[in-house]
Amino acid sequence: MARMGQRIEMRFMLLFSRQGKLRLQKWYLATSDKERKKMVRELMQVVLARKPKMCSFLEWRDLKVVYKRYASLYFCCAIEGQDNELITLELIHRYVELLDKYFGSVCELDIIFNFEKAYFILDEFLMGGDVQDTSKKSVLKAIEQADLLQEEDESPRSVLEEMGLA
Amino acid sequence: MLVPSLKVQDLIEEIRGAKTQAQEREVIQKECAHIRASFRDGDPLHRHRQLAKLLYVHMLGYPAHFGQMECLKLIASPRFTDKRVGYLGAMLLLDERQDAHLLITNSIKNDLSQGTQAVQGLALCTLSTMGSAEMCRDLATEVEKLLLQPSPYVRKKAVLTAVHMIRKVPELSTVFLPPCAQLLHERHHGILLGTITLIMELCERSPAALKHFRKVVPQLVQILRTLLTTGYSTEHSISGVSDPFLQVQILRLLRILGRNHEESSETMNDLLAQVATNTDTSRNAGNAVLFETVLTILDIRSAAGLRVLAVNILGRFLLNSDKNIRYVALTSLLRLVQSDHSAVQRHRPTVVECLQEPDTSLSRRALELSLALVNSSNVRAMTQELQGFLQSCPTDLRADCASGILLAAERYAPTKRWHIDTILRVLTTAGAHVRDDAVANLTQLIGGAQELHAYSVRRLYCALAEDISQQPLVQVAAWCIGEYGDLLLEGSCEEIEPLQVEEEEVLALLERVLQSHMSLPATRGYALTALMKLSTRLRGDNNRIRQVVSIYGSCLDVELQQRAVEYDTLFRKYDHMRAAILEKMPLVERGGPQVDEEAKESKEARLLEAAPVPTEPQASKLLDLLDLLDGPSEDAQHPRPLDPSPGGALVHLLDLPCAPPPAAPIPNLKVFEREGLQLSLSFVRPPETPALLLITVTATNTSGGDVTHFICQAAVPKSFQLQLQAPSGDTVPAQGGLPMTQLLRILNPNKAPLRLKLRLTYTHFGQSVQEIFEVNNLPVETWQ
Repeated sequence: MARMGQRIEMRFMLLFSRQGKLRLQKWYLATSDKERKKMVRELMQVVLARKPKMCSFLEWRDLKVVYKRYASLYFCCAIEGQDNELITLELIHRYVELLDKYFGSVCELDIIFNFEKAYFILDEFLMGGDVQDTSKKSVLKAIEQADLLQEEDESPRSVLEEMGLA
Repeated sequence: MLVPSLKVQDLIEEIRGAKTQAQEREVIQKECAHIRASFRDGDPLHRHRQLAKLLYVHMLGYPAHFGQMECLKLIASPRFTDKRVGYLGAMLLLDERQDAHLLITNSIKNDLSQGTQAVQGLALCTLSTMGSAEMCRDLATEVEKLLLQPSPYVRKKAVLTAVHMIRKVPELSTVFLPPCAQLLHERHHGILLGTITLIMELCERSPAALKHFRKVVPQLVQILRTLLTTGYSTEHSISGVSDPFLQVQILRLLRILGRNHEESSETMNDLLAQVATNTDTSRNAGNAVLFETVLTILDIRSAAGLRVLAVNILGRFLLNSDKNIRYVALTSLLRLVQSDHSAVQRHRPTVVECLQEPDTSLSRRALELSLALVNSSNVRAMTQELQGFLQSCPTDLRADCASGILLAAERYAPTKRWHIDTILRVLTTAGAHVRDDAVANLTQLIGGAQELHAYSVRRLYCALAEDISQQPLVQVAAWCIGEYGDLLLEGSCEEIEPLQVEEEEVLALLERVLQSHMSLPATRGYALTALMKLSTRLRGDNNRIRQVVSIYGSCLDVELQQRAVEYDTLFRKYDHMRAAILEKMPLVERGGPQVDEEAKESKEARLLEAAPVPTEPQASKLLDLLDLLDGPSEDAQHPRPLDPSPGGALVHLLDLPCAPPPAAPIPNLKVFEREGLQLSLSFVRPPETPALLLITVTATNTSGGDVTHFICQAAVPKSFQLQLQAPSGDTVPAQGGLPMTQLLRILNPNKAPLRLKLRLTYTHFGQSVQEIFEVNNLPVETWQ
């Protein structure tokens, strides 16, 4: 069991629709745009080919992929050397719960039209691929506060300012 | 500047409204032009919105590199919104492969030291996502300071940033190791989690750090114990399990620390037993913790009882209705099958059931594990299961399954008959997927089991009669029928039901194989040879066989054609030797080529005893001659290379009673000299055969360099017949080493004047040499 005890190193996380449209991509390892596109395309194909009753784990290239489908979106994590795929499933589920709490019954459209928010939430939950906070409450509170800061920034602006006339 | 720029969401809406790819591209290109213009001289207040739009189109796959500088500007802005989007952009568009990335180092430094908590958070997050080694070195001190910051929000992020820095720059371990002791006392779950991750990273990179942190094993045990006993806290629990993320991480660190360390392993023994028995396994969270516990137990020096407990948990996992859990169980058991073989054996029935999984990820693992579990006591039952699986398994698993069964059969076969049956069944079920050596192995196996010859040939005959498409099966069957055809016709065999087979049926079957388009060339070769062998095994006349053999004499396949011609010649000219040649094969010993050579040679020796055996029936195939005196092309006959057999065991066909030629009265002739290489001819005219002239070409080398790749070719006028025997070698060693000799046989029935042309090619002193010359001054005694 030589590889046991190796660190989780999450290479990337992807969100994509059943039609193969990318909705979020978070890369934790420097990769060129071209290489990323190739990997995304390939992995999407592999995952979308899986039947509904199959298990959530598959081997792809030299990585292990943990994926789960929520409504019309696939959440996909590529991990290296990690032996506990079950906890990665929990990780994915936690992220979905955060999105759900934030958007109120989240659906794909929320992620599409508020993609920056999806990133912000992810970045409050994971850093470098590792979990930074295991309290849902704490993560959501941080996002809330950041949103407030943004609002303070943007008010008050006059109508004219908004129109670019002042 | 009168047209306000699109809001992000409006752009997204517009893009989604596009009906075609071309339309989408148009919308985006138009907008990107706006964005570019805005970056140049637009309102800085809107910059974040422009970048956000750009980030969206980037996700769709469009280029966005012109936004990189804007990220820098936004990060440098005092406004939080700008920073938030700017840092996001940096994480998406910049990475260490671009030079621009270093430019944000300063901004990050400023934000880390002077920013609000939220801003510090953004900076840390960005650093841990895309920070290059250089950036990490520059900013390590800033991050170190933040580890002591009062706000847990910042501390938890600083710890994980330290983790990233260690990964990028392992030397920074010296900076981040000392604070760990303090951090381990944190109550905040996030900080604790990050610290444990940091310690793991440190331990994996340095044996000294590993030793150092063994001290904290008791502390870790305590932390975990507290987690388990403080009961239900809604904030960190999942499905009634207290902070499974933290539990898993602690267990993982305990594994690293306990591995190969008796003392540490002992300290954590009780705790592991506690977690293993008390964790709620009704949901995935609990199973995740349980699984991690099992992995740890199995990797450290745990008590034997605990190990068995762990394997049993995996066995239980195998029965779980959740596929994912079955998957991790199979994977783990596979890793254990060597070290804890008997423990895993207990779960063999469940593993075998998993072969039926429709999900190939699982059935593949079940197959691997099943094969690893085969031993001498369960081989019959297991093979039965695996054969069943082979019949219905998905195509991508067939090859592995087939070779797995064959391997297991080889190692654990209880009887030879069972072994033959097993291979036969595999060949019938999955013949197309077996490895190349399966045929050789089976023929060897059958050949060696004399008592089973009759049985084997019958079974193979029946299998072949049913299906001639599975090539390995056909090949083995053809071989067997050829070898043991006589036993096939005898009609009785105690092992199986009596089978009445007519000679004509057997021949017909082999002919079918020969003619079938499904048969590979190699297979047809087997069939043809089998037919030939049957000519001595069967009692009827051989007309049918002779017919087939002669038909294939003009087959397009060269290999087949050659065989057919040889066999035909065997019928026509060497019928008296046919029986000896087609005798039953002796058993070929398996093993290295050395052994094969011996077997071959002993076989040849036996054949020689039987009769002066021709090994190459080419009696009438006289070598073609090219008139060297006409035409420019002077291709002489290249001698067929024969095996250089010591002691002349191989008797060449054309050798008439061949003693070395007696000392001839004809004088020798020196015909060639170049740089120390000399060629001379000696002549013998055996008195019994006046038309025959034997010439021995001798090559000697007095130079300082070896002559290598030496080839001598000869040509004579049309009315002569020339044959070159194989030379003694192709190297003429330097300094008068052993000369090379070659025998030429020339038949001159018309007593025509002899003319001889020689062509030499060789390498000498690193140069390739070619010499063509006619031999002058041939003594008249050579032909008169």
